[in-house]
Amino acid sequence: MSYAAVRPDSWNFPLFLHVLGATTLVGLLAVAVAVLIAAARAGDDRTAAVRLAFRTLLIGAIPAYLVMRIGAEWIADKEHLTDSDASWIGIGYSVADGGLLILIILNVLAGLAYRRARRGGQPVALLRWTTGLTLLLILAYGVALWAMATKPA
Amino acid sequence: MSRYDWLLFLHLIGAFALIGSVVTFSTLLVAGQRVAGPQLVFLGRRLFEVGGSLTLIFGIWLALDDYSITDGWIIGALVLWFVGGGSGSRVGELYNSGEGGRARQPLIVMTLATLAVLILMIFKPGA
Repeated sequence: MSYAAVRPDSWNFPLFLHVLGATTLVGLLAVAVAVLIAAARAGDDRTAAVRLAFRTLLIGAIPAYLVMRIGAEWIADKEHLTDSDASWIGIGYSVADGGLLILIILNVLAGLAYRRARRGGQPVALLRWTTGLTLLLILAYGVALWAMATKPA
Repeated sequence: MSRYDWLLFLHLIGAFALIGSVVTFSTLLVAGQRVAGPQLVFLGRRLFEVGGSLTLIFGIWLALDDYSITDGWIIGALVLWFVGGGSGSRVGELYNSGEGGRARQPLIVMTLATLAVLILMIFKPGA
């Protein structure tokens, strides 16, 4: 038996934006984790790595988040799901909105770490917090992906 | 949850990993290998391997179960997957051997092929 369904054509572009934003966002978060780990292990010369992590989050992750979130709202509106009580929609909105808060905190932490590194300080604790929170956010998006794909009742 | 749900979930994890590898290699291209190069090369190659495998295995499984493997959009996606896979392997090898400066062209091919597969997967022309 086939479970696959072909959606109306008008839903495709918003869904494309949503998926493109989400996949790029998660990819950029993974890049940020790798760069943050490199920065924490870099010893005294970590300023360039901290700057790259900060820019990845600020110039990369936030715009990708916006594309994901705008696409989500657009496709939810097309499917008349904005006021839905379905749990998968609730999980999606919770992770997206909570994720924005965490993303802002990540940018603040990475920005502080960059400022400290630039002044010759050792922001190892800030880098570890930023790495841990970024991993948590990737995990949360994994849960959202599971909810979007399997649509639990 | 149906088998379709699980297959789609695993296929999508692969898609996230594959696009993650494009993002990682693109970051290497923009930022250079001097900053976090070994970590980013390692991440990009692992994401590419995991993403490439999961998208292909579970994509074909989904096609056999729920679509038709001979549909034009599926055949097109398979061809593009091999184009993207070949260029992605080349990108990974170049960065791994310290020749990242030569990775621009295969990375452009990998990026365009991956983007085209994503478009086919969502728009499903002819389905």
